[in-house]
Amino acid sequence: MKRVLPHPVLSVTLALLWLLLANRWTLGSLLMALILATLIPLLSAQWWPDRPQVRRPLALVGYILLVVRDVIVASFQVARIILFLPADRIRSAWITVPLDLTQPEAISLLAGTITMTPGTLTADLSSDGRALLVHALHAPDPKAIRDEIKTRYEARLKRIFA
Amino acid sequence: MTPVVEGLIAALLIMGGSFGLIGSFGLLKLRQPMQRLHAPTKATTIGVGAALFASALGLALLGHGIAWQEILVSVFLFLTAPLSALYLAKTHLLRSIDRRELPPSGTGAPWATLAQQGSQVSPSKN
Amino acid sequence: MILSPVLSVALTFALGCFALALVLNLIRLFTAPTLTDRILTIDTMTVNTIALVVLLALRTGSALTVEIALLFALTGFVSTVAFCKHLLRGSIIE
Repeated sequence: MKRVLPHPVLSVTLALLWLLLANRWTLGSLLMALILATLIPLLSAQWWPDRPQVRRPLALVGYILLVVRDVIVASFQVARIILFLPADRIRSAWITVPLDLTQPEAISLLAGTITMTPGTLTADLSSDGRALLVHALHAPDPKAIRDEIKTRYEARLKRIFA
Repeated sequence: MTPVVEGLIAALLIMGGSFGLIGSFGLLKLRQPMQRLHAPTKATTIGVGAALFASALGLALLGHGIAWQEILVSVFLFLTAPLSALYLAKTHLLRSIDRRELPPSGTGAPWATLAQQGSQVSPSKN
Repeated sequence: MILSPVLSVALTFALGCFALALVLNLIRLFTAPTLTDRILTIDTMTVNTIALVVLLALRTGSALTVEIALLFALTGFVSTVAFCKHLLRGSIIE
């Protein structure tokens, strides 16, 4: 089993993705979905050395909902800054966010979240993987933003990933 | 089509259009290159997301069935927007940022993009 | 396809917005100070085009154009990353 389907979650995702892409619920597309779901994980197995360990999948769903809500709020804030703040009064800042997370999957999820939420954007990771470089569009108080990232997102991710 | 859903679609369309326009306007207005990265990643993504949602809802109500591809397109855009932004930011860091502007990483190790610089092939200027 | 007047006005507004956004992008493309800005602008143009295409799908009532949007999304992302990789490493495939 392990050798035919090395990555079951990926296989299920791929099959579902193909069915949705084809948008036709026929035997043919189901067959194609099954072929893709077995072949792609087998062929790409060498790029998946470890499996991400999600300890609480339900909390992950809650986290995604929180991020979607924040993305919508964030876009209104960014729109307000773009439209109404004169260009010379926008205070941009670089912020260093030290990381407690160690799993690469968790760090990339955090980096993506930072980019999509209020006025912040991940620019780089330190070469030892223990700090993120974040650019804030309008940050009168950079420390507050760093603390918000740590408490609002990183703490939740730490609980989700083992 | 019921008036309520119609109103919802109209609201989504107006919101989507406005955000798309704001994103592109921000790209033109903001002064620093790093600031310009913010406008399309947030405003344009949410704008196109709203447009896709409105379109999928409208097509479903007109009897075309649920257009799953539209939902897949919006999921795909939301997943890839941070990645493109990260790559653009890294390119920008390497090419045109004065590294004295950047804060230290605090861990003793340099930022990844700048650490690789010794080995990189220098691309042609602009 | 027959749309109600409210929806028709909203759709025209959204189409106009994205078309204007593309014009602004073109201005930015020609006045961009750095190469990174130009890549960013092209990326934004792809996203705006996707929006135009799906809105057109609603106007014509044909779900076929959605596949165009899908292709735009895929190639747009890959080309942005490829451009950046080229500038970062001097090569695209490692």
